[in-house]
Amino acid sequence: MNRIDARFAEYKKQGRVALVPYVTAGDPGPDTTVPLMHAMVKAGADILELGVPFSDPMAEGPVIQKAMERALEHHVSLRDVLGMVSQFRQQDDTTPVLLMGYLNPVEIMGYEAFAEAAAKAGVDGVLLVDIPPEEAAPLLVALAKHKLDIVFLVSPTTSDERIQTIARSSSGFVYYVSLKGVTGAGHLDTDEVADRVNRIKSYTDLPVGVGFGIKDADSAARVAKVADAVVVGSALVKKIEEFAGSADKLEAAVAGLIAEIRAGIDQATV
Amino acid sequence: MSQAKSENQDKYNLPDDRGHFGEYGGIFVAETLMGPIQELREAYEKCMQDEAFLAELDNQLRQYVGRPSPLYYAEHWSKKLGGAKVYLKREDLNHTGAHKVNNTVGQALLARHMGKTRIIAETGAGQHGVASATVAAQLGLECVVYMGEEDIQRQAINVFRMKLLGAKVVPVTSGSKTLKDALNEAMRDWVTNIDNTFYIIGTVAGPHPYPAMVRDFQAIIGREAKEQILEQEGRLPDALVACVGGGSNAIGLFYPFIDDKDVAMYGVEGAGEGIETGRHAAPLCAGKSGVLHGNRTYLVEDADGQIIPTHCISAGLDYPGVGPEHAWLKDSGRANYVSVTDEEALQAFHDLTRIEGIIPALESSHALAYVSKMAPTMDKDKIIVVNLSGRGDKDIHTVANLEGISI
Repeated sequence: MNRIDARFAEYKKQGRVALVPYVTAGDPGPDTTVPLMHAMVKAGADILELGVPFSDPMAEGPVIQKAMERALEHHVSLRDVLGMVSQFRQQDDTTPVLLMGYLNPVEIMGYEAFAEAAAKAGVDGVLLVDIPPEEAAPLLVALAKHKLDIVFLVSPTTSDERIQTIARSSSGFVYYVSLKGVTGAGHLDTDEVADRVNRIKSYTDLPVGVGFGIKDADSAARVAKVADAVVVGSALVKKIEEFAGSADKLEAAVAGLIAEIRAGIDQATV
Repeated sequence: MSQAKSENQDKYNLPDDRGHFGEYGGIFVAETLMGPIQELREAYEKCMQDEAFLAELDNQLRQYVGRPSPLYYAEHWSKKLGGAKVYLKREDLNHTGAHKVNNTVGQALLARHMGKTRIIAETGAGQHGVASATVAAQLGLECVVYMGEEDIQRQAINVFRMKLLGAKVVPVTSGSKTLKDALNEAMRDWVTNIDNTFYIIGTVAGPHPYPAMVRDFQAIIGREAKEQILEQEGRLPDALVACVGGGSNAIGLFYPFIDDKDVAMYGVEGAGEGIETGRHAAPLCAGKSGVLHGNRTYLVEDADGQIIPTHCISAGLDYPGVGPEHAWLKDSGRANYVSVTDEEALQAFHDLTRIEGIIPALESSHALAYVSKMAPTMDKDKIIVVNLSGRGDKDIHTVANLEGISI
């Protein structure tokens, strides 16, 4: 059992909903990321989602676009991100790490070479925005060989038939994108999210995480009532942008928001 | 029966039903777009079987675009080059001044057919943006055009044209602030507004069905050229030449000739300041395979898989990717891909202007520059058809600036 499965199995027994913060690796600089990962765990994060910078992040709103641009100013590459994960693993061998990004950097490294290097670094799974299950067969083989999970997205426009295809191809958990649009957008309709999450759960035993539009303790609490994991991205990345000049303040601001959201989730679920 | 079957098997019939041209093409998009893409695909396939739709499209092409465009024998230039006879397919004479409108007319009709009230488009030089805004005005559709901030400054006249036509031009400030970023931004708009919005992609790239759909709308160029050359010369040409940015004018010319194996095909990319300088826009000549903007194709990218900003005197060729069908035609050897520099393209721009009285677009000037190298090496009874994809009025400021003239 890998770290992601182990966590969800344990949390199921406890009735705990996982908090999954997203930050872009190398934002605002390459040295910030590993200490920030530890700080997030300490503040109550359960699974870390680490963004791999890409020059053309088509599904991101302005907040994460800028984060990727900041990281790319330091030429942070996929190999550098794997280096950060290995460094993180020197002190933390239990918190799952999920890489989020776009296909091209993985494609250029080669699926097999990537999977081998990622597993060796201590990565547990990947979420690649621009590869649907229909195109993923060769990638799935390479990831499975190295026991890496792949998390696919389900969106408000996904048909029931596709939910089944996606659930069959996914491992670790299924990620429900709670609104139409890019990251950091809009307003959350909790009733619709509940309806869709239940529909996904009718097709799979995998845990369901929900992301997009969750920015504070209140929205996280509402989503936590129906989901197994709550993903928070742009709200944290905004803090990073705001405090980019000071590593201490940045860590404190991100940890502070995570602690608030943690409390919101726990109040709603325990 | 068996003979008919084997003939069918030999016939070119890509992409396959998942949008693949060999290993290229496909659908590489975020999940939210998978539903809308399927809806588009079904609507497109239905419309292409619908006689009323096809009649309306045909009428638009004749009465609004002004087709068929002439196939002009450039006698003076041919004699000067001293080799093959060169014919120009005059897409520059279309309404709005380029081949782009063949596609926007088709996609806008499809948008209306699907009940979409809002169209969005990306643009580099502004030609596709103008062609989209034009058709939107005619059909009464709302139109939003995404354009890189850098390009907005370089192409002020086209920006004003789009505004006159009622379109909203949105400056894109992310990434390199050019065409590729405009495409990213248009995709972000689409994913946010899928209920009422139709995304008109301007070239043969993007997720399936775009590469096939845009090709089918542009194939009118090759179908006409074939008929015209048979009428004027009584035989097929020896070679076709077209510039390749995303590659829509080139595919439009090439596609109806793919099964005519004796017709050679040359796609001409922008070598910018020279391939060896790294400052170019030539993914087929100098790039490698990768995934961007919804499809697998050749890209200008670095060793980490980041897309590198391209350089080309012509904004319409200034794009780091290329249509996946070109990637396939390159690998299969059916078409040849070459490149010419900014300087060579400029020379051809001046030559055609002075010798034939036709001011070509800087994009098309790349194709002409290659013809000027190739034609002299061929016998006088050989025939080249080159796609004059657009007129050069939009480029006169660029050319004047380079020559230190302010107008």
